Formats: sequence, structure tokens, C-alpha cells
Amino acid sequence: MATVPAPVITATNLVKKYKDFAAVDGISFEVAPGESFGLLGPNGAGKSTTMRMVGAVSTRTSGDLSVLDLDPNQFGPEIRSQLGVVPQSDNLDAELRVRDNLIVYGRYFGLPIGRVKARADELLAFAQLEDKAKSKVDDLSGGMKRRLTIARALINDPRILLLDEPTTGLDPQARHILWDRLFRLKEQGTTLVLTTHYMDEAEQLCDRLVVVDKGTIMAEGSPAALIREYSSREVLEVRFGSEKNAEVAGRLEGIGERVEVLPDRILVYSDNGEAELVRITERGLHPITSLVRRSSLEDVFLRLTGRSLIE
Amino acid sequence: MSQHTLSGAEHALSGAVRPRRFGGWYVAEHRFRVMRSYLQTVAVTGIGNPFLYLFTMGVGLGSLVSQNLGPDAVNGVSYLQFVAPALLCSAAVTVTAEEFTYPVLLGFKWNPTFYAMNAAPIAPGQIIDGIVYSVIVRLFATCGIYYVFMVFFGAVPSGWGVVSILVAMLTGLAFGTMVMTYVATIEQDTGQVAMLMRFVLLPMTLFSGTFFPLGSMPWFLQWIGWISPLWHGTELSRVFAYGASEPAWLIVVHVLYLGALFVVGWLWSRRIAARRLNK
Ligand SMILES: Nc1ncnc2c1ncn2[C@@H]1O[C@H](COP(=O)(O)OP(=O)(O)OP(=O)(O)O)[C@@H](O)[C@H]1O
Ligand SMILES: [Mg+2]
Repeated sequence: MATVPAPVITATNLVKKYKDFAAVDGISFEVAPGESFGLLGPNGAGKSTTMRMVGAVSTRTSGDLSVLDLDPNQFGPEIRSQLGVVPQSDNLDAELRVRDNLIVYGRYFGLPIGRVKARADELLAFAQLEDKAKSKVDDLSGGMKRRLTIARALINDPRILLLDEPTTGLDPQARHILWDRLFRLKEQGTTLVLTTHYMDEAEQLCDRLVVVDKGTIMAEGSPAALIREYSSREVLEVRFGSEKNAEVAGRLEGIGERVEVLPDRILVYSDNGEAELVRITERGLHPITSLVRRSSLEDVFLRLTGRSLIE
Repeated sequence: MSQHTLSGAEHALSGAVRPRRFGGWYVAEHRFRVMRSYLQTVAVTGIGNPFLYLFTMGVGLGSLVSQNLGPDAVNGVSYLQFVAPALLCSAAVTVTAEEFTYPVLLGFKWNPTFYAMNAAPIAPGQIIDGIVYSVIVRLFATCGIYYVFMVFFGAVPSGWGVVSILVAMLTGLAFGTMVMTYVATIEQDTGQVAMLMRFVLLPMTLFSGTFFPLGSMPWFLQWIGWISPLWHGTELSRVFAYGASEPAWLIVVHVLYLGALFVVGWLWSRRIAARRLNK
């Protein structure tokens, strides 16, 4: 039997403080080689801060961290030579053309210029940007810039790819193209670590994830396991109009496994949403709209924190 | 784990050997590619400026001076010979006032490419090194061309004048790295760089003995010259260009002052970059 491979990232009680404020407040996790690992959490949860520490550009305040068995405090350049980093906001060089952005970046890894050029052309194809090779960066759309940033992160064939909100701000089509590219990398065995506040993204891309809030880990597991543990199979969403939701909620006693009242709607957690809807109408309550859907990580988050993931 | 495939850590250790050694040069290479996008401006100013300045200041203004005061009017040489080494230093300072300000502000703030470099195996200090290297190259080209024009205009009587290329470069670097130190700290951009050009660079150029000897200024303005790297550089380059008489101790002061500013500015900028990029 194969032994369990050693993790490529190990964080133990990782803390990052800015003055007195703990942006990351003692989080621990491991990432196995080839795994696709996600940090899911709302704004300000500490996702980017964690990513910067893992990316060996931000010194931790306390705790232990090892990336590829090396301590980022001592071996920053060594670790970074094996990483691909997609930061939350693009920092492509707007003064250079698309292909040159890849070339200068490849040189930072000490790669010979010939190899960098060949690799740049491969990556332009991978990112579907061949016909933009000579364009200015500012002339690219948001989705193209993001693809170029991902291509840039791959110039050194990284073992670990760190993606900080890779698809935020993109339209659905652009997101799907990106997801497809990330899938392919995953198939090739690249370890992915990504942050997101889109639950569908986490469900699509992550083998395993941690839900982070206020710098701490609230839960950990595969998307399916988290949903199983913290939510029901289905969710019934009913709306009675914003004034009446709260009032109606009082009359839903005994309906579903659990009920969440949000300002604009009521969520009824149950394994059979349609059946709950029938029971609600039997009580003489007639929602303006109703919808039955599968449980998602959004529901997990709501359950764990009592707050919505996207405000 | 098999013994024959390298572990991740081993890959990492070998992967950082070249970046640790040559990282600064990779940054310089990046800067050259960027400069290529404004190569025209670099070329036009590099060739146009010496011609224009030497012609108008040296030849035009110079003939006026010698008409009134004789051919060896200033410091025992012609006005052109007096002003040319100063213009050379001033050209160097103009280059560094540009290269150590906007690209630095851009890289930390407006188009934060420094963070991208740092996410690759490049250390913050190497980013600063790379900028310095690239500016040295541009300075060498600019000052070299300037010097050729000076010779062409008959503005350098002494063969030692070639050394004034190095003096001018050092002058530019002394001023520029100090400015970079300041610019690297700018978090809120409220136009400080434009202010710097107007309230530091311009007065410095006017009161550094460029167009007339510092001694002919009122005493209460002479301190500007004493703190100005441009004055020290200009005085020193005149020593080489036409053998201006300068006490030995003052020559030592010029060299030490310029060298110290350059080294302190460089190292200090490295520290600021390291602090700033490590969020
Ligand atoms: N350099 C810094 N100085 C001070 N506070 C900081 C700094 N960087 C981050 N913070 C704070 O740390 C907390 C976590 O920030 P972080 O960027 O890690 O959140 P995030 O989970 O990535 O959020 P988002 O989804 O908005 O990107 C925030 O409250 C933020 O204001
Ligand atoms: Mg973030």
C-alpha cells in the first residue's frame, strides 16, 4: 500500500497580527500534494493574509508554517521558486505588452531566455491569448487579464499554485473558462490552494476546504461532507414580502429541520423541500415566491456564522 | 518516497540559486524592456539635450560673457568650458530624478509590479538593486553621449575630462538614490513627486554653481550648494574637465559626500522596500 504522501503545506496555529488586530488568529491546516484546497470566507476573514504567509512574502507573527518542508522565514526565495501566485488584484506590468509580461516574469525564476519564450507561447495558447500576444495589458478585458495572470503564475511550472479569488469580478462565461483551465492543471497534478467567497467555485474546484471567519477556521471538510454535516439535502426558499417574513416565521413551528429568517426571505432546511412547501400552504400561508434548491456551502456558512457569505 | 526523484524541498533549494545570485539583474532586464517602450524619449533627450544646452548656454551665452569679460572670464577658462561639466552633472541628475521617482511610485503603488516580483523568488532588496543597475546603464549612455558633444563643442580642454563622466554618474546616483528612499515611503500619493521636482530639483539646479560660481551668490544662499550633491559633483567634474583649482581636502569631501549619499540612499531604500513589501 502506498504511504500517505507528506503534506506540501503545514500550518499550525498560524497567527498574523497588525498591531493589536489579529487578521489570522491561530489557524491550522495541511495540504497534500496534488490536492485542491480552498479557503472560503467573507470579506476580511483573513484569506489573503493567509495566502501571503504561505506565499512566503509576509512574515507570520507566531505559529508554525512549512511549505515544501521549508520555513518561509528562512527560505523565502526557495519556496517561491516552486510557487505560482495569482494575487487578489492583478499586478501585471501595464508598461509591457502581453507576451513580454510572461517573459520578464519567467526570468525572475532564473530560466534561460529561450525556454522562457517557448513557455510563454505555450501559456498564451493555454490562456487563449495567442492573438493578444502583442497587445497592451490595458487593452485586455478583466477576464483576459485574469487569464494572463494565471498564465504568468505558471511560467515556472509551479508545484503549488496559490489563487486568491481567481474569478472575482468576472462574468459567468469568463469564470467557466478559468475553471476549465484550473481543472486541467489539477489533472496534471498541480496542487491548488485557492480562496473564494463563491460557494459554487469552492464546490467546483476544491477537494477539501476550510471555512474561515474572523481569522479562525469554523469547519473543515470536502464540500459534500460539509453540506451533509451542516445542512440538509434541500433548501426551500420562500418569500412573503419583506415586512411579513418575520411575522410569518413565528407560524412555521415544526416545519423543516431548521428555519433561517433572512431580511428578504425564509430558508427552510429539509430533505424534501416540496413536501415542506405543501405543509406551509396547509397552514394557510401563501408565499409570493417559492423555490426548492440543493443545499450549498452558502447554507453551511450561514449555519456556522449566522451570517450570509456575501453581504 | 523514492530516493531517485528529488523532493519538493530539494527542487526549491536548487530553484533559488540563480534568483538569489542574479535577481537584481533580472529586475534590471525588466527595466530595460520597459525603457524600450520610451526609448524614443530617452534617445531624443539623450542627444537633443546636450546639443541644445551646450549650444545655447555655452556658445550663445558664452559669447556674450566673453565679449564683456574676455575669453578666460570665469575661473580662467571660457564660459563654455566652465558650464559644460556642470551641464553634464545636471543632465545626470535629470535622468535620475526621473528614473528613481515615477517607476518607484508606480511599482509600489499605481501598478504594483514590485509585489509581483517579490511573489517570484526576487527579494525586495534585489528590486532596488535592479533599479539602480538599470539607471547606471542609462546614465552611462546619457553621460557618454553628452561627453562626446562636449568634446565636439571644444568644451573639454583636459584629457582627464573623461573622468567627469563618472563624476556625473555618481552625482546623479547620489541625488537619485536619496530621492528613491523618500519616494519608496510614499503611501498616499498627493503629487509629492511633482513638488520634489519643483521645490528641490529646480532650486538645486539654480543654486549649485551650475551657471555661475557658488561664491558669487549671497552667503545666505550658499548653504544650498553645500548640501546639494549637484554642487559637489559640478565642482569635482570641473577639476577633471579643465583642472579647476580646488583644495585637496575639498576634493576628498566631494567624493566622500557623493559616495555616502549614494550608498546610504541605496541601502536605506532596500530596507524600506523590505518593510513595505512584507505586509
Ligand atoms: N497590511 C495590513 N495592515 C493592516 N490591516 C490589514 C492589512 N492587511 C489586511 N489587514 C486586515 O486584516 C483583515 C483580513 O484581511 P484579508 O485581506 O486577509 O481578508 P480577506 O479574507 O482576504 O478578505 P477579502 O475577501 O475582502 O479579500 C482585514 O480586516 C484587513 O483590514
Ligand atoms: Mg482577500
